[in-house]
Amino acid sequence: MTLLADIVVVAAAEAFRGDGEIFASGMGTIPMLGARLARSTFEPDLMVSDGEAFFVGNELPIGGPDKLVEGWIPFRTVFDTLWGGRRHVMMGASQIDPRGNTNIANIGPWAKPKAQLLGVRGGPGNTINHATSFWIPKHTPAVFTAMVDMVSGIGYDRAEALGEWVQAHHDLRRVVTNLAVLDFECKERRMRLRSVHPGVAVADVMAATGFDLVVPADVPTSRSPSETELATINRLDPRGLRLREVPDPQ
Amino acid sequence: MSRDKRICHDDAIATLDSGMTIGIGGWGSRRKPMSLVRALLRSPLTDLTVVSYGGPDVGLLAAAGKIRKLVYGFVSLDSIPLEPHFRAARQNGTIAECVEYDEGMLQWALYAGSLRLPFLPTRSGLGSGVVDVNPSLRTVRSPYADGEELLAVPAIRLDAAFVHLNRSDQSGNAQFLGPDLYFDDLFLGACEPGRRFVSCERVIATESLLDEGTFHTLRINRSMVDGVIEAPNGAHFTNCQPDYERDESFQKHYATAATDAGRWEAFTKQFLGGDEGRYQAAVAEWSAAQ
Repeated sequence: MTLLADIVVVAAAEAFRGDGEIFASGMGTIPMLGARLARSTFEPDLMVSDGEAFFVGNELPIGGPDKLVEGWIPFRTVFDTLWGGRRHVMMGASQIDPRGNTNIANIGPWAKPKAQLLGVRGGPGNTINHATSFWIPKHTPAVFTAMVDMVSGIGYDRAEALGEWVQAHHDLRRVVTNLAVLDFECKERRMRLRSVHPGVAVADVMAATGFDLVVPADVPTSRSPSETELATINRLDPRGLRLREVPDPQ
Repeated sequence: MSRDKRICHDDAIATLDSGMTIGIGGWGSRRKPMSLVRALLRSPLTDLTVVSYGGPDVGLLAAAGKIRKLVYGFVSLDSIPLEPHFRAARQNGTIAECVEYDEGMLQWALYAGSLRLPFLPTRSGLGSGVVDVNPSLRTVRSPYADGEELLAVPAIRLDAAFVHLNRSDQSGNAQFLGPDLYFDDLFLGACEPGRRFVSCERVIATESLLDEGTFHTLRINRSMVDGVIEAPNGAHFTNCQPDYERDESFQKHYATAATDAGRWEAFTKQFLGGDEGRYQAAVAEWSAAQ
């Protein structure tokens, strides 16, 4: 039986397929494992960081000390890289709407929030400059909501209103959750169900989403890791940190 | 021999007035000029505008009711993502005015300030909630063939700037030995001359500046600095690599105390009641008891 945590790591890795020689930036355990798995397997040109200030050239386990430094990426260089478009980030979202507007900033009105979260951080710059994907560990209608309380990352409707350059570069790639993988690969650029994880029904995803998804006639099952991938994931996460974030439903 | 700019914490703070705009260097809970922040807490100054990639600097100043206006890219303790005092201040509406920027926008605002430009253009922030909640932001159209509309991030000028570096000579040639300068040079650059303060782990002779790091680490020069404060462990409880890591157990203690009025009062009494020497002694005593 394949663990759900391994399914989502593979789904996160798949988000970086085809990216080539850019900075694959993963915020948190699952996105970081996804970027590193992609680099160790099908996307070897990717660059990954230690989460602090260095690019690492070797296969580095999460939190591992033995890094081969292949570059220096202090925050200023992160901004240069992201404004230059040579980055794909996978980050969290406390709310996301059908057009991909996301919120990590606050719940309730910004002027006096019910819950102050992180603030917009780098979300506005990320989403307008380069590919952005999202990792959402709990797929619920409160997260997948018709309207977000504060737009920290811009969705397709806002990008479409901003002119040619933004439309050409704004690129929301994947939304990976504990239930499914979603994307915006349809003419309307609305959130579409791309695959469901093993054991999850399409109806389960629809019930856990607070708006109507674009659901193709045939929804595939998210793929399981190959043996090589599984071995790589275990090398990258020997302590099983991914299971703390994604406990198996069984 | 260049000018000796060494000064003590309280004399540095004595040059400030209430209502001023203060920029605080570092990033989140990393290499923050905490000893200067503690000196600010001891002062009668109030109604401050604080500009920061915020961490416990913002939390402490907000909890003490020192901040009238806050300009921030974020406020976080890094290993503890949400700063409890900042959260409370935002949720209770105790900071009169907040300006929330994208992280890159804040860099641009400080860079514009340090270059004496009125603004710098960017795409970061366009279309986002940042423009929804900052209605005074304006756009600018490219004068070239593309004609693109860009966000004009207004320059920030500071009345005072605090940064904490690893080493400095007595005249303010300062050195970062850790992995990231963050935007400390821009905080100093955006500040009016007169109140640009560098605290450091150790004041060393100019001749020793290359003993521990290459010339690439000399990113702060004395034309950017008015006062040098020697403050060993001055970034505590934030990190100051490679001199020390973040004091995670103390940060946890801080964050726990911050969520309860009674415990916060006790924390304040135990750690923030006296001068910097008293603070460091109280921390040493607390750590020994753990």
